[in-house]
Amino acid sequence: MFDLNPEEWTAVRLSLRIALVATIVSLPFGIAVAWVLARKDFWGKALLDGVIHLPLVLPPVVTGYLLLIWFGRRGPIGSFLDQTFGIVFSFRWTGAVLACGVMAFPLLVRAIRLSFEAIDRRLEDAASTLGASGLWTFLTVTLPLALPGIIAGMVLCFAKALGEFGATITFVSNIPGETQTISAAIYTLTQVPGGDAAAMRLVIVAIVIALAALVASEWFARRAGMRYHGD
Amino acid sequence: MLSVDVEKRLGEFSLTAKFETTGSVTALFGASGSGKTSIVNMIAGLIAPDRGRIALDDAVLFDSATRLNVPAHHRRIGYVFQEGRLFPHLTVAQNLDYGRWMGALPADAAERERIVALLDIGHLMSRRPGKLSGGERQRVAFGRALLMKPRLLLLDEPLASLDRARKLEILPYLARLRDEAKVPMIYVSHQAGEITRLASQVVRIEDGRVLAAGGLELLDAEVGH
Repeated sequence: MFDLNPEEWTAVRLSLRIALVATIVSLPFGIAVAWVLARKDFWGKALLDGVIHLPLVLPPVVTGYLLLIWFGRRGPIGSFLDQTFGIVFSFRWTGAVLACGVMAFPLLVRAIRLSFEAIDRRLEDAASTLGASGLWTFLTVTLPLALPGIIAGMVLCFAKALGEFGATITFVSNIPGETQTISAAIYTLTQVPGGDAAAMRLVIVAIVIALAALVASEWFARRAGMRYHGD
Repeated sequence: MLSVDVEKRLGEFSLTAKFETTGSVTALFGASGSGKTSIVNMIAGLIAPDRGRIALDDAVLFDSATRLNVPAHHRRIGYVFQEGRLFPHLTVAQNLDYGRWMGALPADAAERERIVALLDIGHLMSRRPGKLSGGERQRVAFGRALLMKPRLLLLDEPLASLDRARKLEILPYLARLRDEAKVPMIYVSHQAGEITRLASQVVRIEDGRVLAAGGLELLDAEVGH
């Protein structure tokens, strides 16, 4: 039962790669946006907050279709990126990364923002009296104290990216070896006669990966939390 | 010498303070809510006055007339807060070294050893603040503020969060700091007893203004009424 065939392995590896890259690439943007939302007041803040959360409430197909229109080869952003940097998203695994990143972004931002808001800002004042500029205060006080929230956000982002289906399949289709993730492979297998056993194998793989991610995040968060409450 | 001449509105509360300090320890004495903490926050650069001037020796830190406001991290003024505010993710040793790292000061092992011995915190170095008692935490906070080599040390009710026994434990350390550290201090308190032990000069604050400035005789409740 547990002998995954090469195509199934390809889907598993591709899923992990897409979810991992989506998480890592989103992280700096997620931290920046979360910090701005947690700390700054400006005109249009509610709008920014709304736009970021939109993928959470829109049908994934809508998000995928909008990505297709804007980031496709002939889309305004897609054609610019293609001509200027040679970056192509449509029907590539990089497009799946973009779709997963956009869909998971609100979860990432939310977790990090909450941890920024929970930080005692008087510690930042203390850092500035000790000679730390704004940037150093952020790097040596704010960021380390937000670490449990950042880890939680990354795991949520990774898990969401791993499970993303609707936006990805709409934007970059379901191409084995290029854009066919575990979710898309399971969907394909359920559509063909005799695909049940293979689908079940991938289902188990998906469960194992998700559980492992949760356990790992719990362990990291506990370790990070322990550092503040003792030695 | 520190000279302060500031005005600040904080909601309904308006604060006007004008005084100069010359002694080694000057107490800001007054009831809670009288504006003492706001005054030291302005000296430290954590809040900006609406109008006025703050100068330390010949360095102007704030001047509304010339729109000068030296940021807190360039003022080199040590600050010991009521609740210590040690960094919970760093060990005691790392907390002590923080000011030196941020100010890019050269390592001075002898000075560090001297202050650690003075405050009797050598055995706490590898612990994190979460594992310290209230008194230990405040002693580390004194050390952290001193090791940044401040030009002035602000102590905002540093004993207020401690019980009586802990206060009596810390007071001798503060007296030693005053005599050996050679850094001028502003000591904020509403406790006349602490001030008598430590300060030579008193600035009495009431309802957001300076009632009087002078010697320890100002601790007497009747002064100014």
